Amino acid sequence: MSASVPPEILTRVLRTLAETQKLPLEQVTPESTFEQLGIDSLDGINILFALENEFEINIPDESARQVRDIAQLAEGVYSLIQSKAQVPPETAA
Amino acid sequence: MIRRVAVTGIGAVSALGGTAAEFWEACRQGRSGIGPLEGLPLEGVRIQTGAQALGFDPSKHFDDKQLVPLDRFAQLAIVAAREALAQSGLALRAEEKTRAAIVTGSCYGGKTSEDQGFRSLYFDRSPRVHPMTIPRLMANAGASALTLELGWQGPAWTVSTACSSANHAIGQAFWLVRHGLAEVALAGGSEAPFTYGSLKAWEALRVASPDTCRPFSKGRGGMVLGEGAGMLVLEPLERAQARGAPVLAEIAGFAMGADAHHITQPSAAGAARMMREALAGAGCEAGEIGVVNAHGTGTAINDVVEAAALREVFGAGLDGIRVSATKSLHGHALGASGALEAVSVLLGLRDQSVAPTANFVEADPECPVPLATAFEPFAHRKALSNSFAFGGLNAVLVFSLSE
Repeated sequence: MSASVPPEILTRVLRTLAETQKLPLEQVTPESTFEQLGIDSLDGINILFALENEFEINIPDESARQVRDIAQLAEGVYSLIQSKAQVPPETAA
Repeated sequence: MIRRVAVTGIGAVSALGGTAAEFWEACRQGRSGIGPLEGLPLEGVRIQTGAQALGFDPSKHFDDKQLVPLDRFAQLAIVAAREALAQSGLALRAEEKTRAAIVTGSCYGGKTSEDQGFRSLYFDRSPRVHPMTIPRLMANAGASALTLELGWQGPAWTVSTACSSANHAIGQAFWLVRHGLAEVALAGGSEAPFTYGSLKAWEALRVASPDTCRPFSKGRGGMVLGEGAGMLVLEPLERAQARGAPVLAEIAGFAMGADAHHITQPSAAGAARMMREALAGAGCEAGEIGVVNAHGTGTAINDVVEAAALREVFGAGLDGIRVSATKSLHGHALGASGALEAVSVLLGLRDQSVAPTANFVEADPECPVPLATAFEPFAHRKALSNSFAFGGLNAVLVFSLSE
C-alpha cells in the first residue's frame, strides 16, 4: 500500500471525517488520533459509510478492522479508489 | 401470592428443524443450521450465509385462507406454540381462558411483508399495497393470531427489545404466573428477518460474519442471522403436578435492566449485574449454576465483554460450569433467540447434558470461558440463559429442575 496519498484525496477524507463527526475541519489533521477526535466504534461505521458514499467505493470489513489511524484510513481509501479504476465498476468490490 | 412456575411444553421451529425434537437432535450432532442463503437477491450483499428455516412449509400448517393475514414470523410463532401446547396437554375451562396470557417477542415483526409491500410501491409503481400489510407487519401479529386460535382472552402483548425480546417475553410471562396475575401463559419469540433490506442494514453495521458463527473462538468473524420461533407453556407447578403434566423444569428467576451505556456496545458491568439479579430472584447462589447459555453472538466485542462478566459473577467457579453458545447452531434469530436458547437449556436439564457450541476453532485469550464444544453428558440442576440486546437492554433467566 502506497503512503503517497494525493493531497486532494487526503483533504476529502479529512472533510468527510469532520462532517461525520460534526467537528470543525481545522481540528481534524492527518496526525489526529481517533481517540483525540472522540471516535468510537459506532462513529467508525458511520465514517466508513460516509467514505463509501463520498468516493463510491466499498470498504471491506476486514480492511476496516485493520485501520488504526487517519493516515492508514486515507491510504486504504486511496488504494480502493485505485483498484476501482482498474476494474469495471460493476465488479468492483 | 407467590407460586412456583413450571415449563410443561416447548416448541421450536428453526434452521435445525420443524420441532423441538429435531432441534435437539441437531444439537446432539453438533450440526449447525448455518448455510448459504436461499431465495433472496444476494447480488452486492456481503452477507451470504444465514440460518434459515428451509424445511418450514406453511401449507403443511395453514390453509390458504388462514395464510392471508399471516407474515412468516407469525406463522412460525403459531406452529411453535401448537407444538408446545400439544406437549403440555394443557386444557383450559372457558372461565380460565380470561386468565391465560400470551407474551411474544419479536425484533422486526412482519418485515418480509413490509419489504414486499413497499418494494411494490417504490419500484413497481404499484398504486396500492395489499390491505393485509398492516395486520401482517404489526409486531403483535403472532400474539394476536394465537389469541384467535386458542380463544385465550387474558393479558396478551408483544415485547420488542431487539436480541433480548424472547427473554423479556418469557420473563414477564413468568412473573405473571408467579404472582397470580395469570393462571397460565404461553411465551417465547419468533423472527423472520431475511429480506434484502434487512441484510443490507446488518451489513452496514459491520457485525455480520462473512461465513459462520464461532462464539468465543479465535478468528470469529461476527454474528450470523437466523430465523425461527420458540414457545414455552408456563403454569403453576402445583397445577402441573395435580394434572400429571410433564414438567421439564421450573423458571426460577428473571431479571431485566438497562446498561445505560451505549447504543450498540455491550457493558460487562450491566451484564454482570443482570446475572446477579436473576440469581437473587431465583434465590440461588452462583455456585449452584451448572450451565450457562451465553448470549454468545460471535462478534469480536460481545464475547470479550460477556466472558469478563461471566468471570466477574462466577469467579473461579466459572471453570466448573459449561458455557454453551447455541447461536452457532440456530443462528442469531434476534427476537426468537432467547426462546430457542431456552429450549436448548430445558432439554439439557431434562437429559442432563449440554448443547454444544459449533464452529469453534481455537480458544481466544481475550474471552476465555469453559465452552462446551461437543454435546456431552453433564449433571446439573440449574442453568442460566443470557440475552443482551443492542440498545443495552438485558434479560436473564434462571431455570431449575424441580426438587
